[in-house]
Order: sequence, then C-alpha cells, then structure tokens
Amino acid sequence: MSGYLAPVSHVMRRELSGYFSTPVAWVFIVIFLVMAGVFTFYIGDFYDRGIADLDPFFTFHPWLYLFLVPAIAMRLWAEERRSGTVELLLTLPLTTWQAVLGKFLAAWLFVGLALLLTFPIWLTANYLGEPDNGVIVAGYVGSWLMAGGFLAIGSCMSALTRNQVVAFILSVVVCFAFLLSGLPMVMDLFSGWAPQALLDTVADFSFLAHFATISRGVIDLRDLVYFALVITAWLLANTILLELKKAD
Amino acid sequence: MGDLRIEARRLCKNYGPLIAVDELSFEVGAGEVLGFLGPNGAGKSTTMKMLTGFLAPSSGTALINGHDIVDDSLAARRCIGYLPEGAPSYGEMTVRAFLQFVARVRGFEGRGAMAAAESAIERLNLHSVPEQPIETLSKGFRRRVGLAQALIHDPQVLILDEPTDGLDPNQKHEVRRLIREMAEDKIIVISTHVLEEVHALCNRAMIIAHGRLLVDDTPAGLIARSRYHEAVTLVVDQPERVASVLSELPEARKVELREGELTVFPRQGTRLFEVVSDAVRAHAWDVRELRLEAGRLDEVFRQVTREEVA
Repeated sequence: MSGYLAPVSHVMRRELSGYFSTPVAWVFIVIFLVMAGVFTFYIGDFYDRGIADLDPFFTFHPWLYLFLVPAIAMRLWAEERRSGTVELLLTLPLTTWQAVLGKFLAAWLFVGLALLLTFPIWLTANYLGEPDNGVIVAGYVGSWLMAGGFLAIGSCMSALTRNQVVAFILSVVVCFAFLLSGLPMVMDLFSGWAPQALLDTVADFSFLAHFATISRGVIDLRDLVYFALVITAWLLANTILLELKKAD
Repeated sequence: MGDLRIEARRLCKNYGPLIAVDELSFEVGAGEVLGFLGPNGAGKSTTMKMLTGFLAPSSGTALINGHDIVDDSLAARRCIGYLPEGAPSYGEMTVRAFLQFVARVRGFEGRGAMAAAESAIERLNLHSVPEQPIETLSKGFRRRVGLAQALIHDPQVLILDEPTDGLDPNQKHEVRRLIREMAEDKIIVISTHVLEEVHALCNRAMIIAHGRLLVDDTPAGLIARSRYHEAVTLVVDQPERVASVLSELPEARKVELREGELTVFPRQGTRLFEVVSDAVRAHAWDVRELRLEAGRLDEVFRQVTREEVA
C-alpha cells in the first residue's frame, strides 16, 4: 500500500468494522432491503407492468437515499466530536483530508454492500424475463454514485455539529435541494431574475437528471465527472469545516 | 532523530476576543518531566492541543525535535504520544483492535502492528481485558487504554492531559510509577490540577493562568516560595503564652495561631527550628507536636494565581 493511501485505508477499515460491531449496520441493511422491496413490488408495479427491467427498482432510490443515507452519514463526525475521539484521530500522523476520505469511503462501501444485497430483485427479473443486464449494471453504478453524493453532503453536515439529530436534519434538507434542483419548485426561486446561465447551472446540479441518464444505461463521462466533482467538493468542504470547528 | 526538545515560541491562541494562550514561550529538554499547573481554563489543555497538532496556533509556533508544528505537523506528530483530556477512545472496539488500529496509523505494518499492540497491552497490564469492548471497561482501565495508545510507538515526547484525573489512589500510584519509569530518556509533559502530582512526578513545574506563564521552577523551588517554607509549627498547652514568648525571638518574623496550631515564621536566612526547639527545652513546655514546614504548594498556587487576577 502506498504511503499516502495507507492511513486512509486504516481509517476506512476501522470505521467499517465499527458499523458491524454495533446494530447500525444490520438495522440499515434490513430497512434498506425491505424498503427497496416494498417500493419495487408494491408501489412500482414490478409485476403488472409486464416489462423485464429494474426501472421500478431504481426509480425510488433517490427517495430511499434521501432519508437512509443521512442516517448513516450523521454519525460520521458528530459522533467523533461528541465523544472526543476526533482529538485522538486528528493528532495521529495523518492529514484531515485522509481522515475525511477514509471515513467517507467506509460509509460508501457500506452502502454499496447494502445495494449489492438487493441482487434477489435482479434474479427475479432474470427469472421472469430477459432484461438488458447492461442497463441494470449501469443502474447499479449510477445508484451507487448518487449514494456517494448524498453521503458526501451528509458527512459535511455531520462535521458542522456534535448533535447527530441536527446533522441528520441538515443533510436531509441539503440532499433534498440537490435532488430537486432541476424541478420547478426549486427553479421557480431562480427564474425571472437569474440569468439563463445560472438557471442552467442550477438545473444541472440535479442528482435526479444525472441519475436518470445513467440508469437508462447511458454511462456518459459527464455524469461520472459530475458525481466525482460533487463528492470531491463536499468532502473538501467537510475537511475545511472540520478544521474550523473541531475545537468547539 | 537528532536532538530531543520542545521549543514553544510565543504561542498564542484566541477564540474571537477570548485569549486562551498568550505568548507562551518555553523549552523542554530530555529527561524533563514538566508539569503544567493552573486553574481550570488557564490554557493548559489548549497549549497541549497546539503542541500535538490538533489546534493551529493563532500566532507563534513550536518545534518538536526540530519539526515545526505548523509547517511540518505530521513529522512533529510522529514524535509525540498524546493522551487527550478524558482519554477518549472508540468505545465499540476491543482493546486489542483499538491498539492495533493506532499502531497501523502510526506506521506499523502487519505483524509489527500486532506486536506493538501486544507490548502496549503488556506494559499497561491490560492482559485481562484485551478482547473486551472499551466501553464496558472501568474508568481506570479506559485511562490505561488511553496511555497504551499514547505509548504504542515508544515516542520520544509524551504529552498527557490530566493522566490521573478520576482514578482511585491505587490506580494513580500505578500510573505515576509508569510515568516515572519512562521519564529518563524522554520528554514528558503532563497537565494536572492535583498539586501533589507535581511533587510525585515532575522535576519542573510551570504555573499558567489566563494563558500566561507565571512561574517556571522546580517543585522544590516552587515550595520554597511558600511563606510556610522553613516555618515551625507546634501544638502545645497554653498556646497564647507560648506565642507571646516566641514572638520575642529575633529570628521570628511572625507568629500565627490557627486551630490550636502555633506557626512561627522565620526571618530571611535564619535557622528557626533550632531556636524554637531550644526555647521549648528552656521553658520546659509540654509540646505534643513540633515540625518543620517544607512549604505548602496549594498556598503558593493560590498566591501566584491570585496575584495574577488582582
């Protein structure tokens, strides 16, 4: 392992094992799977549509993540600050960025694992018909990237406060704004006074639009770059906030 | 690694208008066990947080073995073992997993990390609990886990924020023994508000209040500042009569009677104890107790920190 990534990986592994030594991991996975199932089969009309694809499954992911991802992210830094371990962690020989990245990656891998555990739905689709598995893989990739975006926002909000409930509410609100930024209810705030370029920019921030293209099976470099940028920007903000707030 | 020393250069930290640490400069060398003393909120912890790289100084800096804590923070941190106030640790982890984690982040690999964790477990007598989650342990054990992680890489500089706070007398004794054992070839900085600790552990003491360095001395020198230093205390029958006789002595500056104890304070450079014991013999007083005072640290502490307030 190269020198720079070694501390990242140690922090990540510690964090991941932390999920599984508390009920957090199991509760999250069970709720995620049950909700995904309920959305897909009942609300999404998986059977009656008569089409062998996972559209009904992926369509609800943004809304599922809106509440479940902040629940995972809220403890990332709020908990470290409340228990004082942030002082221990950030006086070890690693940079704040390495610590932020390590903890984010742990949470992201964990959500990835929960996502992979939805494979029975994919098996079902393949049993019932002949879905385009390439599109399904793209859907999973897009969903995971979007979860990363939500998580980066949640991680940043979690650095703002030592109270996990506050962190949760803040992340839900910010995630919601990002999710909807292409829709009329957000656009109406800007249209009429803002220049078209700003409108386009705001509309372009929408998770939904980028996720929609990927989950249609089109893995466009622009969408990948978009999610990479969103994640990086929020994690950078996370690092700066942590530097500013860790002493409070 | 070169020379072993801490050099603080005009360290400052303010939180908005509040000045927590105000132009603190000092040097510490090998073999020194430095005790930070001061009332709560004096800036002891803030100073330690800056030395260990947790907080960035508002101005000024410090060098740890020549590594600047601002410009070369990671190298400085590698030299340091740090026990933050309250000994925080990841409660859901077992003692062994936690120590291995710290060892890995500190650069031990594979078996090296395991060996480092085992030797820290050995050193702090944690072998009865290595597989227990830390949150299930008693306060004394948790403090030892905190010390174990601070020692895991055998650092040259140890910074311990209130290492014995909240421990029972036996545990305190044990932690102090451990610190004394290591003192020889390291720099150890501890903060405490337990004054006896300074006597038991340190060979140098700094009193800090309002972020400023007020006194930098040896514990013996500190005690010598006490007005009780070399005073003589007696418990006798009829203390008023004895007091009036003793106050006539040319060597006595002042006599105080408090709670049945008579204390005679010496004039500068006199050997009061011998004079008083001669007087006791000459008058054949019925003395139940006669002792030479070394000085009282708590009184020096109050005096020094109160002057500062006034």
